[in-house]
Amino acid sequence: MKTLADLGPEEQGCIHSVTGTDGIAQRLAELGFTSGQTVQVIRFAPLGDPMQIRIRGFSLALRRHEAKRVRLAEQNKNEE
Amino acid sequence: MDVETPVASSAPTTATPGAASYRVAVIGNPNTGKTTLFNALTGLSQHTGNYPGVTVESALGEFRQNGVRFLAVDLPGVYSLAPRAPDEMVAVSVLLGSGDGAVTPDVVLCVVDATNLDRNLYLATQIMDIGLPCVIALTMLDLAEKRGMDIDIAALEKRVGVRVVPVQAAKRRGINQLRQTLCDMLGAAVSPPRPVVFPEAFTQEAQSLARQLTQAHPTARFPHFLVERLLIDTGGMVEQDLTRQHGAHVRASVHAARQRLADSAVQLPQMEVNSRYTWIAQVVADARHSSSGLSRGRTDWSELIDSLVTHKVWGLVIFLAVMSVTFQSIFSWALPLMDSIDTIFSALGSWVGSTLPEGPLQSLLVDGLIGGVGAVVVFVPQIALLFGLIAILEDSGYMARAAFLMDRVMAGFGLSGRSFIPLLSSFACAIPGIMAARTIDNQRDRLATILIAPLMSCSARLPVYVLLISAFIPAQTVWGIFGLQGLTLFCMYCLGLLVAPPIAWILKRTLLSGEAVPFLMELPPFKLPAWRVVLFRMYDRSMAFLRRAGSIILATTILVWALSYYPNQDLVSDEFETRRATATEAELALLESEVAGVRLRESYLGQAGRAIEPFVQPLGWDWKIGIATLASFPAREVIIAALGTIYNLGAGQDEESVELRQAMRVERWSDGRPVYTPVVAISIMVFFALCCQCGATLATIKRETNSWGYPLLTFVYMTSLAYLGALAVYQIGSRTIG
Repeated sequence: MKTLADLGPEEQGCIHSVTGTDGIAQRLAELGFTSGQTVQVIRFAPLGDPMQIRIRGFSLALRRHEAKRVRLAEQNKNEE
Repeated sequence: MDVETPVASSAPTTATPGAASYRVAVIGNPNTGKTTLFNALTGLSQHTGNYPGVTVESALGEFRQNGVRFLAVDLPGVYSLAPRAPDEMVAVSVLLGSGDGAVTPDVVLCVVDATNLDRNLYLATQIMDIGLPCVIALTMLDLAEKRGMDIDIAALEKRVGVRVVPVQAAKRRGINQLRQTLCDMLGAAVSPPRPVVFPEAFTQEAQSLARQLTQAHPTARFPHFLVERLLIDTGGMVEQDLTRQHGAHVRASVHAARQRLADSAVQLPQMEVNSRYTWIAQVVADARHSSSGLSRGRTDWSELIDSLVTHKVWGLVIFLAVMSVTFQSIFSWALPLMDSIDTIFSALGSWVGSTLPEGPLQSLLVDGLIGGVGAVVVFVPQIALLFGLIAILEDSGYMARAAFLMDRVMAGFGLSGRSFIPLLSSFACAIPGIMAARTIDNQRDRLATILIAPLMSCSARLPVYVLLISAFIPAQTVWGIFGLQGLTLFCMYCLGLLVAPPIAWILKRTLLSGEAVPFLMELPPFKLPAWRVVLFRMYDRSMAFLRRAGSIILATTILVWALSYYPNQDLVSDEFETRRATATEAELALLESEVAGVRLRESYLGQAGRAIEPFVQPLGWDWKIGIATLASFPAREVIIAALGTIYNLGAGQDEESVELRQAMRVERWSDGRPVYTPVVAISIMVFFALCCQCGATLATIKRETNSWGYPLLTFVYMTSLAYLGALAVYQIGSRTIG
């Protein structure tokens, strides 16, 4: 399944779910990574990691490692 | 200390006779303008101290409304009350009143950012679940309007079920109304509604778990909020704390309850998040009307700046420019002020010296007190300036971008971009740096950052470098453009930076090993920094530094003075008395310093110095350097005053002192070789760069980690590193350059 880490700059996707039940999954969910939400990649840091994304109207930095936890709904495939 | 007494004394109603005092806890997401609002509410009464029952320091302040006295505590900025970081646990403990001697707040002020209603209301619903009277302060309404969001405050108030007061803290708008609303809440004292409803199966499990716990531990308190957290947060801090306090059966009961819930299709922790955000979506739909929707039509200037400062090339150029301007300015801008402070203390010293008769009292006052205090006060301009600059960088939003840029580098040795700010602050002083590490949500990352923070070259090391470099490093030019002295100073600053990553790497692989740590950091919109926040930070940090100067450094200075003055044997004077009578004017000066030299050698300090000489000789040091270094273990800047005392110049010496440099240059071993060579000077500087000569830092590590192990580890590893570093410099340096 496609994840947030697979998106390029300026691309957006629709969240399917966040994998896991640990603290990272919980924190992502609390910040608003809930199913159905739109998430957009703004840019990657100069050294390639972390990435800056936009969700629910605010801007967040996270690493690709965590972005892989965010699974995206398939609908995005049609746009490509 | 002084700030604790009025706060910790007793129950709110009896805090001061005559006037009732109520507690307000101010809480909100990071970057909501919470600190600006807190400043506007409490004004100059604000100070840093311990809230009862909480071991870490928070900002406290007072205000009055209608004759009612409020004591406000500014809780750390958090996204959620599911405690996974110490910061969040502090917030939960204060709200539940669960620490020793703690009382629950009378009212909670929840700061909500209008531009981020969803995420901010998430925290608000958790706070309402606790059941304390609650008021929402709505900030950033102007920014929300600019972004095309129209917020219906009446509708929001009605849907959420608590009072909502719009405020513009920087312009002092809505503050009085907010205070009045807080007052109104006291009379009513009703619990807010619990609008978010969890599935029935979960509520029943939580109730039965609470019953089990209360039966097993009748004396302990288990508020419903805590039990729910225990059940929801798998591996969270509540689970850890309660298991530690009450035994492994807690974990067993929780696991069984979670299993039953999983069987009835209640997924934890998603159940909580889904319930809250479902409710929030309905509220926001009613209360927020967007004219242009979430896709904003026009680009705002914050995003333009953002794309520039995070640019692949320009971002890094700007980052380096910001860092170098910061460090240049603390050296050049602070200098005039430092010079005038110095002049004042020297003048005071000579005035007291000429007024009082010669003897122990004069020596104590001039060399011990005035000299010692002056040597410390001189750093206040630098500390204030650096904290002002850090506050500007943080409040404007740039610091988060710096962490974003640096995260990959920090990840290389097992830390995250979040460690960047604490480590940068440590260049001013490790103490605020160690305290800033609280914002790191992972405990192992936080500990690693705390343990390497004292390696950053703090401002107290600067005088040591300045003295030794100006005296022993030739003022040559290297490669046409760099001054050798400046280059040496730069290398000294880099030394800690080079040593810290491998230490962090080793720590993260041994003592602090564990699973990878997430890095989730909000990048707030850029804004002009609030000058009140900046000025307060400068004032607060300078005062904290002065308090430290007034205690530990002063005590050390007096101790060093006493050890070098006593036993002050008469027999020394007797022997010289006869020679003095026949001496000429020129001989007299020589004789005086000879007397002083003999007196020092025979003093307690001198005796101790000769005892440690075998240990410091491999570093190229004589016993005087050894003893000055030993004397500066409580606070490294003491070495300047200690050397001043040792070379009979009086302790009122600073790193710019010409006499002190001269005295060090003419210092000889018994065979006539100069004691101080460039290699010895570097050996001393390397020792000071790597050594943990700061009692206050160790005390702060103890307080922040709540253990003696970490300060001990810091002291042992840094001192060993310093000794080995200085040893390598001298042994290699003296064989190659001589």
